[in-house]
Amino acid sequence: MSEVKKIATRESYGNALAELGAEHEDLVVLDADLAGATKTGVFKKAFPDRHIDCGIAECNMMGIAAGLSTTGKVPFASTFAMFASGRAYEQVRNSIGYPHMNVKIGATHAGISVGEDGASHQCNEDLALMREIPGMVVINPADDVEARAAVKAAYEYVGPVYLRFGRLAVPVINTNPDYKFEIGKGITLREGTDVTVFATGLCVNSALEAAEMLAADGISAKIINIHTIKPLDEELVVAAAKATGKVVTVEEHSVIGGLGSAVCETLCAKAPTPVLRIGVQDVFGESGSAVALLEKYKLDGKGVYEQIRAWV
Amino acid sequence: MTTLELQKMANEVRKGIVTAVHSAKAGHPGGSLSAADLFTYLYFEEMNIDPKDPKNPDRDRFVLSKGHTAPGYYSAMAHRGYFPVEDLTTLRKVGSHLQGHPCMQHIAGIDMSSGSLGQGISAAVGMALAGRMDGKSYRVYTLLGDGEIQEGQVWEAAMFAGHRKLDNLVVIVDNNGLQIDGNIADVCSPYPIDKKFEAFNFHVINVADGNDMDQLRAAFAEAKATKGMPTAIIMKTVKGKGVSFMENQASWHGTAPNDEQYAVAMADLEKVGEALCQK
Repeated sequence: MSEVKKIATRESYGNALAELGAEHEDLVVLDADLAGATKTGVFKKAFPDRHIDCGIAECNMMGIAAGLSTTGKVPFASTFAMFASGRAYEQVRNSIGYPHMNVKIGATHAGISVGEDGASHQCNEDLALMREIPGMVVINPADDVEARAAVKAAYEYVGPVYLRFGRLAVPVINTNPDYKFEIGKGITLREGTDVTVFATGLCVNSALEAAEMLAADGISAKIINIHTIKPLDEELVVAAAKATGKVVTVEEHSVIGGLGSAVCETLCAKAPTPVLRIGVQDVFGESGSAVALLEKYKLDGKGVYEQIRAWV
Repeated sequence: MTTLELQKMANEVRKGIVTAVHSAKAGHPGGSLSAADLFTYLYFEEMNIDPKDPKNPDRDRFVLSKGHTAPGYYSAMAHRGYFPVEDLTTLRKVGSHLQGHPCMQHIAGIDMSSGSLGQGISAAVGMALAGRMDGKSYRVYTLLGDGEIQEGQVWEAAMFAGHRKLDNLVVIVDNNGLQIDGNIADVCSPYPIDKKFEAFNFHVINVADGNDMDQLRAAFAEAKATKGMPTAIIMKTVKGKGVSFMENQASWHGTAPNDEQYAVAMADLEKVGEALCQK
């Protein structure tokens, strides 16, 4: 096998902003002292007049983004997922969500793959928090191709969007030349008949790896990439569940409130199906390398395979 | 408008506040009444606005950061022509565009939804920053409660505005001295308010009587002439101003008058109105 290209989706975020910024004068980027880490530095360098560093004050940053958006600008407010969805939750809810502002929230360093910084910075709750806000679009891209496409789609969409990115360099998997990103549309990456695996973010790659291992055991797994957690592609979820009769969800997020919950909410009403929710099992993370943590929390290919194997 | 005309209008705005809150059987009359003169001054004298063209990109903006005093805001807007004055009696009722706290999607002319304290000022700062970036000459006004400035976000916003030298921004603090749990100095003192804003690189104007139109006029003229830094107007007011039994009573922060109290309140305001007509 040829060497797989790896890029962190936060890099994709910064690069996409710089590209879009060249085309769109109304695009502005806000940071809270983390432009180096959120990778918006490339935008800042190219368009210093349209980059606004708010200092370490995320709540104020969200409010400023809301105010900017009322004048026709399209702000991308950037910080770590922990602070975007956690610290500034109520500002996002009341100053952005409630008035349905055209503000995009670029949340980097999501999940346990933050790594060494440990649990204080590993946000496994953001999808749940953001999904609860009426009218909020929630996107969790799987790789560089998808992340860049998601940023562009978020810019073009009118209304609030939460974009989740990671710190860890992850394999580029969306190499299909026909790849197309559409908000709210899941992507079937592998056909299968025994079980459907809905995965999101960096766990899409883990699910693909797991599918290979399951195939060796004679288990045929259908793999679907759910990059948009909200609005969920209910039609696809229901159809796949009915076709395979068993469903697994995989996410680098708490099993409470994220993709697993979203899928279950849909299925319980429209196609009751047994569901195995793979994710962070209602615990805080810890320090360690991202790769070691994904292994420990069974979110790498092998971990996902073992959990599905034991359940199917 | 002349000072007398503004005073008469402020009295009408007060009647609207009392009527709306009485009709809703809930709401916040105290802080609405303390700021009634300010609402009137902004909407009838200071701001470059047109109720028939509420989305004009060059208009001045107002953000009611102390969103619970929506009755005062609504009453001033209604009298200014944004919607019928009769609508004030629908305040807080199901289906009304007059939500308990201001909602920009319900009323054209409301520049920012608000109500969760401490957040409005940040949006106002964002609007002022956009004006600066776009080379526009509009000005942005935001009204905060003196209790509200206990919220940390207020000082994040103030730090940013001072740092960016946003001289198109005017932050007004309604210093009526009372919050729900009592005297602000007893609950968790924000004093000295003026020195705090000075330390955050604001030009500070202390207004001894924020219920006096001439003092408001002087303060806003000074704010407009101030270049290179945002302005904070700290205005001393009387909570419940204009209604005898509500004045300086924390208990009237968020309580509606019953029918009897409503009659007394309206009689008080009628009396003020008659006195103004004698001038």
